[in-house]
This record gives sequence, structure tokens and C-alpha cells, in this order.
Amino acid sequence: MPRRVSLFPLWPIGVAVLVVMAAAPLIAIMTSFRAIDVSLWAHLIHHVLPGYASETVLLLGIVLVLTLLLGVGLAWLTTAYTFPGVRLFRWALVLPLAIPAYVLAFVYLAWFDVTGSVTAWARTAGVVLPEIRNRWGAAVTLALAFYPYVYLPARLAFASTGARALEVGQTLGLTRRAAFWQVVLPLARPAIVGGAALVGFETLADFGLVSLFGIDTLSVGIYKAWYGLFSLPTAMQIAAVLALTAMLLLALEQWARRAARYTTPGRGAALTPQPLSPLLAPVASVLCTAVLLVAWAAPLVQLVSWAWLEGQAFLTLRYASFFGHSLLLGTSGALVTAVLALFLAYAQRRSRHPTMGWAVRVALLGYALPGAVLAVGVVAVVSALDRLWIAAAKLANLPATPVLAGTIAALLAAYTVRFLVVAFQPIHAALMRITPSMDEAAQSLGASPLQVLTRVHWPLVRPALAGAAAFVFIDIVKELPITLMTRPFGWETLATRIFELTNDGRWEAAALPALAVTLAGLLPTLLLARTDPTHTTPRNSPC
Amino acid sequence: MTARRRFTRALVALCLAPLTLFGAPTHATDILTVYSARNEQLIEPIFTAFTQETGIAVRFTTDKDGALIERLKAEGENTPADVLITVDAGNLWLAKEMGVVQPVVSPTLTSKIPTHLRDSQGHWFGVSMRARVVMRHASKVGANEITRYEDLADPKWKGRLCLRTAKNVYNQSLVAMMIAELGEARAEQIVKGWVANLATPPLPNDTAVLQAIAQGVCDVGLANTYYLGRLVEKEPNFPVVPVWTNQEDRGVHVNVSGVAVTRHAKRPELAKKFLEWLTTDEAQKRFAELNHEFPVVAGVAVSPLVAKWGTFKSSETPLAKAGELQRAAVQLMDRVQWR
Repeated sequence: MPRRVSLFPLWPIGVAVLVVMAAAPLIAIMTSFRAIDVSLWAHLIHHVLPGYASETVLLLGIVLVLTLLLGVGLAWLTTAYTFPGVRLFRWALVLPLAIPAYVLAFVYLAWFDVTGSVTAWARTAGVVLPEIRNRWGAAVTLALAFYPYVYLPARLAFASTGARALEVGQTLGLTRRAAFWQVVLPLARPAIVGGAALVGFETLADFGLVSLFGIDTLSVGIYKAWYGLFSLPTAMQIAAVLALTAMLLLALEQWARRAARYTTPGRGAALTPQPLSPLLAPVASVLCTAVLLVAWAAPLVQLVSWAWLEGQAFLTLRYASFFGHSLLLGTSGALVTAVLALFLAYAQRRSRHPTMGWAVRVALLGYALPGAVLAVGVVAVVSALDRLWIAAAKLANLPATPVLAGTIAALLAAYTVRFLVVAFQPIHAALMRITPSMDEAAQSLGASPLQVLTRVHWPLVRPALAGAAAFVFIDIVKELPITLMTRPFGWETLATRIFELTNDGRWEAAALPALAVTLAGLLPTLLLARTDPTHTTPRNSPC
Repeated sequence: MTARRRFTRALVALCLAPLTLFGAPTHATDILTVYSARNEQLIEPIFTAFTQETGIAVRFTTDKDGALIERLKAEGENTPADVLITVDAGNLWLAKEMGVVQPVVSPTLTSKIPTHLRDSQGHWFGVSMRARVVMRHASKVGANEITRYEDLADPKWKGRLCLRTAKNVYNQSLVAMMIAELGEARAEQIVKGWVANLATPPLPNDTAVLQAIAQGVCDVGLANTYYLGRLVEKEPNFPVVPVWTNQEDRGVHVNVSGVAVTRHAKRPELAKKFLEWLTTDEAQKRFAELNHEFPVVAGVAVSPLVAKWGTFKSSETPLAKAGELQRAAVQLMDRVQWR
């Protein structure tokens, strides 16, 4: 077709740049395979890794089941039905994402651990509460922290394909519930799998929460190899194997649904939510309130109380600058990452070539590694580039000082590498629901390619783009290892404040910056509320 | 220079010039640059005092020890850092192994800091001492009921011991020093006994261990004294007291928060001056008091709260062993399944 002809190969070059950026720290990590410490590996294989691997698989399994139940269940409930408070719940259910998982863990442990306040209180009343410092406690906490990764994309998918799919299902004689299982859910699969993949990666890479709960997963093994056994190469080798396994599993899932199409004919109208029966409506309201209370409001109240009691001494005017730095990094990082992810998603949509599929996978790999390991790779790359620059500058009699290390530019590039997939998944899922025939139909009606983009694609992609940017913003505001290792001198953020205090064992005092992070997370959530597809999708259908 | 070469140079310069606008970190003359694993609230007051007394400004960044050492390694000769500060001896040893720090020749430092608290070749120096001891419930456990680390392995304490996770570097250093002092087999036997006596799975931090003892979850535990200091500061009747362990033989296990001059320091003289300043009585007092730690220089007073616990004899095994044997210690802890 003539519209595919272009003089400048923008797409391949753009994708290649992203792949190089993402691959550079990975290559730095891969060079660790030059030094395999055989005796250490023997020890790890004998005493450490088997137990850690099975713990990882078990934890991952439980977390995925719980997040899918919570995320998909709540998404369907708030999209297909109306009940008291549903307009609030639709966007508020994303809020728990803004509390860093390890902060949530610390709050729960402060209540329910053997020395916890609730446990101690129960003990005086003669009740012995079960221990929560185990796999189940960790899994429930992780699920409560991460279910929004599934909830939001699932909701967007339900809202944009739901109506027509339900109609089709219902004309085939299915009940609303049966149509959900047989038509709506399969159509939303890319979105749900994308969200679940993010949860999986977060769980695999998590170190803070699992170490508070005393759970030995492979990421703990990675830290043990680095910090305990003083072998960073071994740590990187474990991390690389883990990341590749995760990627292969994801590729396998894509292969399993290679032939499926996730588009409904025409855009159709948005799903019209039905009122729940008077009996079920209060149950739904209570359920949503309970999730919000447990995962967000109650921890927040605890943080406020600690911040008031313990954090006041640490509250200075500097907090304005910490907050400002976090917001600046969050917004600029979210913008850059979301735009690049949009580009990457379109690139993949345009080309069905297998090379493109693998290029995209490589570009997204940064998220599957524990942040601290990726941070080492980033610093290695930045330092190498600086060395190149200095060599060039010497040649040209320019001042030979590093230009990249310790700059915001380097920090933002590192965030992009880390969080590209977070933005990519929802955008990709949204694009998969736009059929090529929709493009053609619009063009046959006389629309220019630009008009196809602005009038057909944009309304469908916009909510996903907002969700992607919100996810990245929240992730950047919470991000620690890369920020710590590459931030400019004196450039402190809310996350680095949490580190200063928690690393020194002052968890209650850390409530103050943790609270500020949670508040910062409110901002993108408000953006999500504004782009909510249930309210904004135009009712008039072009087809 | 040929005309062509001059042209090439000019061209390269022209292309690269705009890049210099990207806020290159400037190397001002009288600024000391520090990478610190000691967290801001425990180190910034020291820098402020140093600047006030000497007029030398300090800029610093914090991170975990391991990350800072990797950063120094990656940055190589382009590192902006002059000084590295850590919170344990193992990582100082690692920094030396990795070749990211350089020896300092200073009679002041060697005369003031005891031999076992510094590197024998001057690559690093401990500047404050942290004691990791047995902690007991003030009333439930008698003063002489437990006197040694070894005693915690006694079946008498079955179900009465709380430990922090083995992932913690202070536990790793303690076990490493036990390997150095008692041999690996004996150390393993003892640590195995500890694990058998646990009342609850290992706790995430020292404060949790102390709180567990206070609340009766267990009766004895292991912790650094400054964590107790913080709790007692808030709650004077906190019912846990330290046991000055092994006073009849090798003494209390101590670790250090220490400093080193980076290998590629741009201002090694300033760095040396800072190190020496840290051993002045006033700086020692300040450094230790910020966190209820112990000064390394003899004759410097401890905080009143710490003074109440009395004096103790500390182990004089060179702390470099904590780094050298850390790997063996972690493997030992893996074998006995201290999680």
C-alpha cells in the first residue's frame, strides 16, 4: 500500500536507538559471565538456590492468583455494574499503587508481627494471633500493593470492548455472566496478561518487602551473592538467568495466543453499566471500601500518626525541595517514557517481522531485573560514555571532565530503560483493540492518515496513555536504587529520604517521606479519574 | 600541527562544545567530595562542624556500601569522590580488595586509632566503634545468667532467643570474627545452637529484636548497643540491658564506621586533613554521640546514656578479618539455615 512508503526509516532507527539504550546496561551485566565463580555457585546450588527458587515460584503463584482475582474482579465489578460509590471506586481503587510495597509491609508488620501493636493488644486479651511473617503474609501484602497493575488495564479493556462483545455474546444466547467468561475476558487477555506480567516482574525484583517478611526469594539470593558473599558477578548471573526466564515465559504466552485477534468489529458503544440488585449493591460497596481501607486508608492513617509523632523532628523546609524533585523527575520521566512506549507500540503494530518482536522484548527487559542490579549496569554505561567524552575532549582541548555522570539527563535515561515496559503494556493492549480495518474504513471515508490518528486512534489510546504515564510517575517517585546511584550531588528526593531513614532503622520517622510519596501518587490518580473511559468515550459511533 | 589535523580538532571541538552545557559537575578547588554509606542524619552534622572549623566545604551523596564501591569502580579515575565512608569493616576491606581506596600515611591516625580498628597498610580507618552484644530482659534474666556469645547456644535458652536475619552485615561480621577467633568448626557448632534456640523466625532488624525481648516474645537476643540507646532515650524504663560479653576471654565483638581516601581522589590532601580531623577529641565525641556509639580514640567521653552501661573490654582481633572471612561466615550461616 502506498502509505507504507517512507523516505526516512524512522521506525527501525527509533526502535534501534531504544534497543541500544536498553541493551547497554544489560550488556554491562552480561559481561559478568566472563567470571564464573565455580566454588560459590557450588555452595549456592547446594545450600541456597533450590529453596530460594521454589519459594520464588510459590510466592509468585500466590501473588498472581490474588492480584488477578482482585484486579480483574474489581475491574469487572466497577465497569459492568453501578452501585453506591462506584464513580469514586473506579479511580480510587488505583490509589494503593502509590504506597511503596515495603512501606505497606512495614505498616502491617507494625500491627500484626509478634511485637506488633495489634498482636500485643490481642495478647493482653488472651488471644494469640497467627504469625504473618511468612509466605502468605508476604503474598497478601504484595497483592494488595500491586493489584492496580491488573485492575487498571483490565478496566480499560472492559470499558472499550465490553459493549459490543457483550451484545455478540448475548445474541448468541449467553447470560451476562457467561458472556463475561466466554467473550469479554478472552478479549481482555492481552491487557490482563500485560498487567499480570508487571506484577510478576515487581514480585521477582522485590527485595525490600520479602526481606521484611523473612521470605527467601531469588532476589534475596541476588543480594546475598553481592552484599554477603561479595560477588557482584555471581549476583548478576543469577539476575540475568531470572530475567531471561521471565522473558521466555512471557514470549511463550504471546506465542500461545499468536493466532488470536483481540479486536471487536467496529468501535461500538461503550459498555453501559447495569445497576446491581439491591441485595448485592451494598455488598459491592463494602467490598470496594474494604480493599481501599486495608490497602490504602488505614496504612495512610498509621503513616500520618507516625509522621506526627516521630517525623516532626525531621520536617524542615527541605521537604519542599524533596517533593519538588520527586514531582519533576516523576512527570518528566513519565512523559518521556510514555511517548517512547507509544512509539514502540506503534512500531510493533506496523511491523509483523519477528525481528521487531524480539527488538521490542529486549527494549523492555530493564524491568525484569532487580533495580539495584540494573543501577550497576547504568553506572557502568554512564561512566564508559564519560570516558569516551573525555578522550574526545582531550583531543579537542576542551575541559576534560565527566559530562554525563550525576546529571538529570542520565537519570531520566535510566528511568526510561527501567520503566519502558510499564508504559508499554497498557498502550500495547489498547492498540491491539484497534483493527486495521478500522484504519481502512476511516480512510475510505476520506480521512487522511493524520485524521485517522487523531480521530480514530487517539480517543481509544488516550486512556491507556494516561494510565501508562500514571504508572510510570508512581514507579519513578517510589524508585530507589537507580535514583540513589545516579542522582546529582545534593539532589535528594522523597524516595532517597525514605532510604536515609529506613536504612538507619528509623522506620517510624520514615513515615513522613512515605506519606509524601503517597500524596504525590494522588496526582496521577486524579489524572486517571479525568480520563476515565466510562465517562469520556463519545457515544456516537463512526461505524 | 598540520592544517588538516587542526581542522579535524576544530570540527570535533565544535561538535562537542554544546554538550558541555549539560551541567558538568564542576571541580571547585576547596570542596571535599564524599561518598557515604553512613546515613545523612548521622554524618551531615560532622561535615557542618568540619566546614565551620576549617573553611573546607563538603558535598556528599549517600547510598549502600556495596553500591558506592561499585560506583567508584565504574567511575575509575573520573570519580568525583575523595572520601568513602562506610558503616562496617567488611565493606572497607572489600573497598581495599577492589582497589578503589589508597593508603594514607599519617602518624596522627596511626597513633590515635588502635591497630585492630584500622587497616594494617593504612587503606582505611575506623572512626567510631559499635558493639554487638547479648541483650537480656532486665528482670527475667539475671545479670550473671549469661556471659558469653557461646552461652546463647545452650539448650537452656531453647525457645527464648531472638535473632535478626542472617542477611544483616553486623551478624555476618560477628560470625566472621567468631571464625577468626574460635575456628570454623567451633563457630559453626555455636551458631547452629543459636538457630536451634530461636523463639521466632529471624526478625528484620535490631529494633524488632529488642522490642521482642521487651514484650516477652523471647528473653535474650543479639543487637548493636546504639539501637538500645535509641529506645532507652525514648523510653527510659525500656526493660532490656546489654551484657558485656566474653569479658573473661576475648572481649566484646565490635565493628566500626570507617573512612578511606579513594584511589583517584582529586584532593587527597584535603581528604587526609578530614580523616585526621575526625580523630580530634571534639569530632570523636560528636561522631559517637550522634548515634550512641563509642569513640575509637582513648579518653574521649561517651554519651551519658551510654556511660550508664559501664565500660567493657573489646575484642582486639584485627577487623580486617570481618571482611576476609565474611564469605565463609555467610556460607556457614547458610549451612546451619540461619535465614
